[in-house]
Amino acid sequence: MVYSLVVGVAVGLSAGYIGSIMVLEKMALVGDALSHVALPGIAIGLLLNFNPFVGAFAFLFISAVIIWQLQRVTKLSFETLVGAVFTLALAIGILLVPQTDLLEVLFGDITKVDLIDAMAAIVVSIAVIVLTRAIYRKIVLSLISEELAASKGINVARTNLLFLLLVSLTVAIGIMITGTLLVGFLVVTPAAAARIVSGNLSRYVKLSAAFGVIASVAGILLSDIFNILPGPLVVFSGVAIFAAVIIVRWRMKFTF
Amino acid sequence: MEAPGDYILKVTKLSIEIANQKIVDNLSFAIKKGITLAIVGPNAAGKTTLFRALLNLIPYGGHIEWIGEVKIGYVPQTLSARDIPISVKEFLSFKNGPDIDQVLASVGLNPGAVLNKSLGTLSGGQLRRVLIAWAIADKPNVLLFDEPTTGVDSDSEEAIYGMLRRLTAKENITLILISHDLHIIREYSDYVLALNKCMVFFGESKEVANPAIQKLIYGEPVCRVYGEAHGGTIGL
Repeated sequence: MVYSLVVGVAVGLSAGYIGSIMVLEKMALVGDALSHVALPGIAIGLLLNFNPFVGAFAFLFISAVIIWQLQRVTKLSFETLVGAVFTLALAIGILLVPQTDLLEVLFGDITKVDLIDAMAAIVVSIAVIVLTRAIYRKIVLSLISEELAASKGINVARTNLLFLLLVSLTVAIGIMITGTLLVGFLVVTPAAAARIVSGNLSRYVKLSAAFGVIASVAGILLSDIFNILPGPLVVFSGVAIFAAVIIVRWRMKFTF
Repeated sequence: MEAPGDYILKVTKLSIEIANQKIVDNLSFAIKKGITLAIVGPNAAGKTTLFRALLNLIPYGGHIEWIGEVKIGYVPQTLSARDIPISVKEFLSFKNGPDIDQVLASVGLNPGAVLNKSLGTLSGGQLRRVLIAWAIADKPNVLLFDEPTTGVDSDSEEAIYGMLRRLTAKENITLILISHDLHIIREYSDYVLALNKCMVFFGESKEVANPAIQKLIYGEPVCRVYGEAHGGTIGL
C-alpha cells in the first residue's frame, strides 16, 4: 500500500506537471494515444520475462522518435501522426499480450508494485519534473509565437523531441496505476481543471500538479477501501475535481 | 558619400523560395544606422518573409549583412496563441532580468494596471505595447516591427507609432517596420521600400503622397534593381 501511494504521488505530480504543457500544446490526446503504443512493449516484457515497464518505455521512446521525425518531414500535427501509429501498436499489442494478463495490462494494478517500481517511479518523476522545468519557458514561448522563440535562439524541433521523450517516460510510469487504456487521463484532466481557474502560468502549473497528485492518491485509497481496480477510481477522482472546479468557477467567477 | 561604417544593413540579391515558389526575388538595398525604414506592399508581397530572413529564421539566397554589433528586437504581427494562461509579468520575465516596471513605463503602460493581467485579456493596443516592451527589454539597436492588420484602432495606432518614434530616437534604434498605411509611413518613417516580390520602389517616405508612386507600389510589379541604396538617394 505504501509503495502504491508513493507511485501515486510520483505519477500524479509528474503527469499533472507535464500534462499542463500538453493541454496548452493542444496535445491532450497525444498522451492518451501514445499510451497504447506501450502495449506491444509490455507484451514482449511479459513474454520474455523482463520488467514490462522497461519494454513499455522502450516502445514509447522509439515511437516518440519516429513520430517526431515524421512530424518534421510531413509537417502533420503530432495528433494526426500519433493517431496513425497508435492503432497499429494497439492491434499488435493485443495479439501479443497473453490473454490472462490482458485485463491487468489494459487497466493496471497498482497493488502489484514493489520497492523497485516505487523507486523507479520516484526517479523518473523527479527527472521528468526537472527536465520539463528546464524547457517549460521555451515551449510556452514557442506556443505564443514561434518567431519570438526562434529569434531568441530556441531550437523548437529539439525542444519538442525532449518533450515527447518526457511524455513517454511519464506515460510509462503512469501505466503502473491506470494501465494503458486510462493513462491518458492523468495528463489531461488535472491540467484541464487547472486551466479553468488559472490566469497565470505559475498557478496553472502548480494546480495541475496538485490536482494530479490528489486524483491519483484518492483513487488508490478508494481502490484499497472498495477492493476494486484503481485505474477507474483515479479517473473518477480526477473527474470529481474537474467538476468541482467548474462549479466553483461558475458560482464564483473565480480565477486565481 | 557617407563612410561605409554608417550602414547597419546591406541586403544583396536576396531571393527566398518557399515550397518552390519565389516569395522574394533579387532584392538589394542598404540602410543606415538610426533611420526608420518602412516596408510596404500588397498582401503576399513577401514583407513578413523578408523579416523572417532578416532574423535568419528561414533559408535564403543572396546576402544579408548586418554591420557591426547588432542586436535585433522583433515585434511579431500576431501571436499564434492568446489562450495561454500567462501574465504580462511572467511573459516579460522570460527575458532574463529586465526592469519590468521601467520597460512597461517606457512603452506607455502603467505597470500596476497590466502586470498581473493575462496576455489573453489585454486589448489590441495593450498587447502591441507589451510585445514592443518584450522586444526592447534587452536593449536592441535594431527593431523589426510587423504591423498588426487587426486589433488596434487608428487612434491608439498613432499613439503607438508616436511612442515608437520617441523610443527609437532616444535610444538611437534603427527601426524597420512593415505597414499597410501610407499615412503612417509618411508620418513616422524616413525611407520606404515597396516590395512586391521584388523591389518596386525605394525612396524617401514623403514621396508616397505622390499618386504616381502609389501606382508603383500597388500596381503590377515593375522590378527595380539597385546596386546600392543609401540615405534617401539611390545609387544605380
